[in-house]
Amino acid sequence: MSATVVTVTSGKGGVGKTTATANLGTALAEIGQRVVCIDADIGLRNLDVVMGLENRIVYDLVDVIEGRCKLRQAMIKDKRLSDLYMIPAAQTRDKTAVSPEDMVRIADDLRPKHDWVLIDSPAGIERGFRNALAPADIVLIVTNPEVSAVRDADRIIGMTEAEEKDEPKLILNRVKPEMVRRGEMLRAEDVLDILAIELIGVVPEDESVLKASNQGVPVALNGRSKAGRAYRAIALRLMGDELPIEELEAEGGLFNRLTRMVKAGGQAA
Amino acid sequence: MIIDWLRARRGGSAKTAKKRLQFVLVNDRAGLSPAKIEAMKDDLIAAISRHVDIDSKRVEISLTNDRKKQRLVADIPLATRRQRAH
Repeated sequence: MSATVVTVTSGKGGVGKTTATANLGTALAEIGQRVVCIDADIGLRNLDVVMGLENRIVYDLVDVIEGRCKLRQAMIKDKRLSDLYMIPAAQTRDKTAVSPEDMVRIADDLRPKHDWVLIDSPAGIERGFRNALAPADIVLIVTNPEVSAVRDADRIIGMTEAEEKDEPKLILNRVKPEMVRRGEMLRAEDVLDILAIELIGVVPEDESVLKASNQGVPVALNGRSKAGRAYRAIALRLMGDELPIEELEAEGGLFNRLTRMVKAGGQAA
Repeated sequence: MIIDWLRARRGGSAKTAKKRLQFVLVNDRAGLSPAKIEAMKDDLIAAISRHVDIDSKRVEISLTNDRKKQRLVADIPLATRRQRAH
């Protein structure tokens, strides 16, 4: 068995890459997969706090690359799930401390003993992004239904194509169904029309995401959270499960919309 | 609910967002800004005018995008002077 390396990237900052990485890692580990999440955002370490592992850090990614510790020593074991690990980014260095070849080597070292290596890419299109992209078998692009985020996602798609990676898959994050219904927010179909790549999941805007990151507990562990459920569904799709994508189903076609209206009317009466 | 649906059909800001994105991405993908396209248009007019009279004011160059294929489309009307056969 050899791990699949998944790079989570976006172009634009603040769209939810780190949250997606933490939650997909958690969701995969919860269904018995052996997972390592790597924070590749050198200088702006964040995956540790989202996963609630910030107090356990001794060594980081750059320590491994520069030979100050073994790879195993930089892998921090999750508090809750036994087969989930996180490798933190260095906080006091910058992107030039890592090369694309370093990332390929580390990913290859991790492959034999794990099922998934998830890499949290930094924003931007420079060195840090190239480092994160280098070892990827699968590229996941996170975007929001917003003009600037979609534009940057398009740039990143072009760059992954230039690196001859397989076509990236899209996570549309922070969707507000109510705004979509009013025609005030791009719907998943619109974004797919524009970007022309495959959708792997739609994550609704959900207060529980912020609450979860306040507590350092990935929202995928919260059974009642809509966003958590969406991340668990994406994890299953990564495993090859052909789960239908909810938002598209619910918003698709006039007929569906009308039936939903009738249902909503019936409930109100 | 029905009011929402009607409003969505008439087109809220999402429609504008989609149109703007489609426009800006056509330029982004080709690495051609509107200014560059203008400059290219001037070059084209000059080059073609050396061979045939064209209606240079009505020349239009546009980038189109059908999913994955980018296309540069030039519409170059000839000056309307019918050649008389001798």
